[in-house]
Amino acid sequence: MSPEQLFEYLLRLGDNTLVLGHRVSEWCGHAPVLEEDIALANTALDLIGQTQMWLGYAGEVEGQGRSADDLAFLRDVWDFRNVLLTEQPNGDFGQTMMRQMLFDLWHDLTLESLSESSDPRVAEIAVKAAKEVRYHLERSSDTVIGLGDGTAESHGRMQAALDLLWPYIGEMFTPDAVDDAALQAGIGPDMVQIETRYRARLAELLGAATLSAPDAPFSQKGGKSGMRHSEHLGHMLTQMQWLQRAYPGATW
Amino acid sequence: MSSEWPLWEIFIRGQHGLNHRHVGSLHAPDAEMAIKNARDVYTRRNEGVSIWAVEARHIAASSPSDKGPLYEPSESKVYRHPTFFDIPDEAGHM
Repeated sequence: MSPEQLFEYLLRLGDNTLVLGHRVSEWCGHAPVLEEDIALANTALDLIGQTQMWLGYAGEVEGQGRSADDLAFLRDVWDFRNVLLTEQPNGDFGQTMMRQMLFDLWHDLTLESLSESSDPRVAEIAVKAAKEVRYHLERSSDTVIGLGDGTAESHGRMQAALDLLWPYIGEMFTPDAVDDAALQAGIGPDMVQIETRYRARLAELLGAATLSAPDAPFSQKGGKSGMRHSEHLGHMLTQMQWLQRAYPGATW
Repeated sequence: MSSEWPLWEIFIRGQHGLNHRHVGSLHAPDAEMAIKNARDVYTRRNEGVSIWAVEARHIAASSPSDKGPLYEPSESKVYRHPTFFDIPDEAGHM
């Protein structure tokens, strides 16, 4: 795997956690109950912490002297490599938790594999992140089950959230040249295997939540390649990056 | 919405060997979520190694208006404190 490809691979990991972490942080002070507000803030902070590690390493691999902060705050939309799922808007609380569960499930399986990565830095970061993500998954899947198998109102909202986000699942498993190189080098996991395990666990979870998976194989793509982000990411970045854009180099 | 969820009292053990201590309360739909919420609300700064959650309605509490009959009688019974014994020096601090 060339350093350029490893850089690209690390950006994907770091941008996933950065973009989702920022999305989740948008709930701070707005969640339906205090307990969920704090739990969401904890999740967001975990993801931002993971971002520091992934993007910090990415900057070292790139060798151009860019820090994790530089990568987070000074790149534009087309330079981001997160999957489209993570940049989707929060919607209602149910939609946020559905997005979280769909990502956590993939994240958990991926980090489990990355913990055995042939790259010791990747393995080290993955081991630390995996503990946090195991809890994220427990929490988000319990909430999806609780709301899916809840009242007619909550069930309807969760089914609508699943239908809305369904086309964004496939991108997480569609390997490209970078993923193939990572697999060859023993750095990254076999995404086909991850998908098989993901689909099985998801089916079980949706069953418990009394939700039905849409019969729609089409999947969106273009996030992790940076080719075509959805319109939502740019709006998010204007919020996330405004301070560094307005006051370049500001520190405190 | 929160008023529909029952209230839980949360007890956390700070270190192995210490007792669980009451740290506060929160709302949650069931026991499992009460533990998770307690983890998020009360152990963010590494405060605990074990969590107990008890639904508040299961706690029997004494009534503040009964404090006269309940506690005042013991005020005048100094003989209940074992302070009338001579402790041999070799017993050391007790």
